[in-house]
Amino acid sequence: MTLAYLILLFVVSGLLAAVVGRRFATGPRWVALAACIAAAGLALKFLSPSSGTAWLAELDVPWVPALGIRFHLALDGLSLLLLLLTAILGLMAVAASWNAISERPGFYYLNLLLALAGISGVFLAMDLFLFYFFWELMLIPMFFLIALWGHENRQRAAIKFFIFTQLGGLLMLLAILGLYVAHGRSTGEYTFDYPRLLGTVLAPGTALWLLLGFAAAFFVKLPAVPFHTWLPDAHTEAPTGGSVILAGLLLKTGAYGLIRFALPLFPGAAAQVAPAAMVLGTIGILYGAMLAFAQTDLKRLVAYTSVSHLGFVLLGIFAWNTLALQGAVMQMICHGLSTGALFMLVGALDERLHTRDMRRLGGLQAVVPRLAAMATMLALASLGLPGLGNFVGEFLVLLGAFRVNATLTTVATLGFVLATVYALWMIARTFHGPAREARKLADLTGRELAVLLATTAALLYLGLFPQRVLDLAAPGLDRAQHAIAVEVSHAP
Amino acid sequence: MRPDDLAALSPLLILAGAAVAVLLAAAVFRSHRLAVALTLAGLAAAFASLSIAWPHAPRPVTTLLAIDHFALFYMGLILAAAFTVVLFSHDYLATTCLPTEGVGQTSGPRREEYYVLMLLAVVGSAVLVASVHFASFFLGLELLSVSLYALVAYRREGRLGIEAGVKYLILGGAASAFLLFGMALVYAALGSLDFSGLARGFARGDGEGLLPLAGIGLMVVGIGFKLSLVPFHGWAPDVYQGAPAPVTAFVATVSKGAVFALLLRFFSMLQPPRHGALATVVALVAVASMFAGNWLALLQTNVKRLLAYSSIAHMGYLLVALLASGPWAPTAVTGYLTAYIVTILGAFGVVSVLSTRSRDADGVEDYRGLAWRRPWLAGVFTAMLLSLAGIPLTVGFIGKFYVLAAGVNSDLWLLVVMLAVNSAIGLFYYLRLIAVLYRPPSEAAAGAVASLSLPLGSAALLTLTLALIILGVYPAPLITAIQACLP
Repeated sequence: MTLAYLILLFVVSGLLAAVVGRRFATGPRWVALAACIAAAGLALKFLSPSSGTAWLAELDVPWVPALGIRFHLALDGLSLLLLLLTAILGLMAVAASWNAISERPGFYYLNLLLALAGISGVFLAMDLFLFYFFWELMLIPMFFLIALWGHENRQRAAIKFFIFTQLGGLLMLLAILGLYVAHGRSTGEYTFDYPRLLGTVLAPGTALWLLLGFAAAFFVKLPAVPFHTWLPDAHTEAPTGGSVILAGLLLKTGAYGLIRFALPLFPGAAAQVAPAAMVLGTIGILYGAMLAFAQTDLKRLVAYTSVSHLGFVLLGIFAWNTLALQGAVMQMICHGLSTGALFMLVGALDERLHTRDMRRLGGLQAVVPRLAAMATMLALASLGLPGLGNFVGEFLVLLGAFRVNATLTTVATLGFVLATVYALWMIARTFHGPAREARKLADLTGRELAVLLATTAALLYLGLFPQRVLDLAAPGLDRAQHAIAVEVSHAP
Repeated sequence: MRPDDLAALSPLLILAGAAVAVLLAAAVFRSHRLAVALTLAGLAAAFASLSIAWPHAPRPVTTLLAIDHFALFYMGLILAAAFTVVLFSHDYLATTCLPTEGVGQTSGPRREEYYVLMLLAVVGSAVLVASVHFASFFLGLELLSVSLYALVAYRREGRLGIEAGVKYLILGGAASAFLLFGMALVYAALGSLDFSGLARGFARGDGEGLLPLAGIGLMVVGIGFKLSLVPFHGWAPDVYQGAPAPVTAFVATVSKGAVFALLLRFFSMLQPPRHGALATVVALVAVASMFAGNWLALLQTNVKRLLAYSSIAHMGYLLVALLASGPWAPTAVTGYLTAYIVTILGAFGVVSVLSTRSRDADGVEDYRGLAWRRPWLAGVFTAMLLSLAGIPLTVGFIGKFYVLAAGVNSDLWLLVVMLAVNSAIGLFYYLRLIAVLYRPPSEAAAGAVASLSLPLGSAALLTLTLALIILGVYPAPLITAIQACLP
C-alpha cells in the first residue's frame, strides 16, 4: 500500500496546495516542500539491503477485471533510485520556484505535484495499461506549467511538446494493445500485466512492429535524434521549476521505459534494431553537443546538452550488457541532478538579469562569485570530470558499448571532447572576460546555495562511491537481462 | 397487443403522453416552469419505466419494434441526455427568451413549445433505437428530424438561426428522400423490410447485384447525412453555430447517438463481409471524416463550429469501432458513444451557460481568461476538452481506448494508426482552446459582470463532470453494464 500512498501523497498535497493558495500566496510552496520531503522519506524507508530478485514492495488489485486491467505497482532497486530522484528533483523544483512564482501559486504547485505523481506512477506501474495511464497523466500538468508560467513563446512550445509526446504515446498504446491481443490469442488470457506478458511468443515481424511502437514513445521522450525537436523549445520556454522536472525526470521516463518494458518484452526484435539505435545514440551525443556549442541562449544551451547526455543513455541501453546498463542508470541519475541544478542556476541568473543571452553576459565572476563558482562546478560535472558521478556513468557506458561495437564507441568518445568545449565556453562567456554591461547583482541566497551545494555533494558521492547505487540497481537490471537470456536460449 | 407488450413499450408510451401533457398544459396555462417541470417529470418517469420494461426484454413488439436490453440501454442513455439538455434549456431560455414588454399575450416569449418539440424528438430517438424494421426506422427518424427542424430555428430573431433551420430542413429532407429511395430499392431486391428478413436475404446471397448495392449506397447517403459524415457533413458547422446551444447539444448527442445505435443494430444483424463493398465504403468514409473533421477544426475561430468539426472526426472514430467485427465492436461503440455523449453535453452545456441574451457564447474571445473570471466553469470546460481529446482520467480516454482495442483485435491496423494520428492532430485545437481559457482576460471582459446564477445548468454541469471523472477513473461498472445489455 505504501506505493499507492506515495502517489496519493503528491495528489492530495497538490489539491491541498491549490486550496491553501486561495487564501495565502506563500502557503502552497510550503505544502509542496513538505510533500517532497515526505515522499523522499517514504522512499528512503525501502533503502534497506535488498533481498534477491523479489520486489521490495508490491501492490496488485483488480481495476477493470472485464479487460484484464490491474492496479499493479511494484518497486525494485531501479524504481527506487528513480523515485528518490523524483523526490529530490521535486525539492529542487520547489526551491527554484520559491520566489519566482507569484501568479496563482496554488495552481502552479498543484500542477507541479501532479506531474510528480504521474512520474512516480510511471516508475512504479507494472501493468501496461496503468503505465500508459500515468505516462499520459504526467503530460497535462507539464503542459500547464509550460503554457501558463513559461517565457515568451510558451504556448507554442507547450503545444509542440504535448503533441510530440502524445503521438509517440498513442503509437505505444497501439503496440500495448497489439501485445495484449497477441498474448490473449496465444494463451487465452487477456491481460495487461507486465510479468505475465514477458515471454509472449510473437512472430518476428509482429515483434518488430510492436517494439517500434514502444520505441516511438520512448525515443521521443528520451529524446533521440531526430525526434528531439520539441526539447529545446519546451526546456527553454518552461519556467525554471518546469525545466528541472522536464530535464531531470521526464526524459528519464523514456530511458526507464526502454530498460523496463521495450527491450525485455521484445528481446529478439531489440537485438535486430540495436545497431541502428546505437547509431542514433552516437549521433545524438555528437549532434547535441555541437548544437549546444552554437547557442547564444544560456537555457537553450543547457537544453541541448541534455540531447547529448541522453545519447549516452541510449547507447548504453542498446549495448545491453551489465556494464553499459549500469552506466546508463548512473548517467540518468547524475544527468538529472547536474542538469536540474544547471537549469536552476540559469533561472537564478535570468531572475536577476532578465536575460539569458550570452552575448550580453560576461565578467559576472566578480559580481556574483558564489553563483559563478557553483556554475563552474556543475559545468565540470556536466562535461564528465572524473570524481563526479557523470564521469562514472559515461565511462561505464563507453566501456560496455566498446565490447559490442568498438568503432561506434570510439566515435562516441568524441562527445567528451565536445562536452568540454561547450561547457568551458559557456563558463568563459558568462562569467569571465570583460563585463559588457555594468551591473550590481545579488549573489545566490542561502536557500539556493544550500540546494546547489547538496546537489554537488551528491554528485561527488556518486562519483567516488558509485558501487552503492550500482548494487541497488543490479537486481532490476539482472531481471531485465535474464528475461532476454531466457527468450534467446529458447529461440530455435 | 397484450399487456406484456404494453409494459415493454411503457417508456415510449410515457414519453408520448408527456408530450401531449406539456402541449395541453401550455394551451391552458402558459408557464415556463410548469412546462419544464412536466418535461422533466415525463423524462424521469420514462426512465423509471425502463425497470418495468426490463423483465419483459427481449421481446418483439409487433414486427416493427424489438424491446431488448440493447434498446433499453440506449433509451436510458437518450433519456438521461435529454434530461440534461432540458436542464440547460431552462436556464438558456430563461436568459435569452425574455418576455417583451408591452406586447400582448399572443407574442409572448413562447418558451413552452420548445419542450413539446424536444419530447417528440426524444420519442423519435427512442423508436429508432428499438426499431428492427425499415418502417419504424423511417418513422422514428422523421419524428426526430421534423422536431429538430423547428428546434434548430427556435431563435427566430437572428439571421443565423433561420439560416441553420432552413439549411437543416432542405438538406435533411433530401437526405430522407435518399434514404427512402434506398430502402425501396433494397426492398425490391430482397423482398423484405424487416432487418432479420434482410439478414437472411443477404446470407442467401440476394444482396449481390446492382439493385441492392445501389439501395445500400443511397441509404449510406441518408445515414451519413444524419451522422454528419464526410462528404455529407456540410450542414454540421452552420447548424451547430446557428441553433441555440442546448439544441446543438441535443443534435450532437441524442440525435446522432440514436442513429448510430440503429446503425450498430443493422450492422450486427446483417454482418456485412469484411472486405465487401459496404465495409470498404464505410472505411473510406471513416478516414475522410477523421481527416476532414480534424483539419477543418484547426481553422475555426468559433467554438460551436470547432465542436461541429470535432464531432465529424469523432463520428469517424466511431465508424472504426463499427467496422471492427468481433465481440468487442458493439461494446466499443456503446462505450465510446456514452463517453462522447457525456462529454459533448458538458461542452455545449458550458457554451449554453455562458450565453447571454443577445447571442450564444461561441467566439473564442468569449472564453479568454475564463479561468480568472469563473474558475469552476473553466475547470469543467477543460475537463470536457481533455475528454474529447481522449486524455486519461476522463471518460473520453476509456472510449478511445476501447475503440482502439476493438480495432486492434480485428487487425484493422491502418484504421487504428489513422485514428492515432488524428487524435494527435485533434489535440492541437483542443489545447489551443484550453490555453485561451487560461490567458489573462481582456480589459472589456474583466469589467463585465458575471451573468446571473443558473442553478439547473450548474447542477447538470457538476453531475456531468463528476460522471466524466468517475467513469474515467473507474470504468468497470460502466463496462459491466454495457456488456450485460448487449447480445
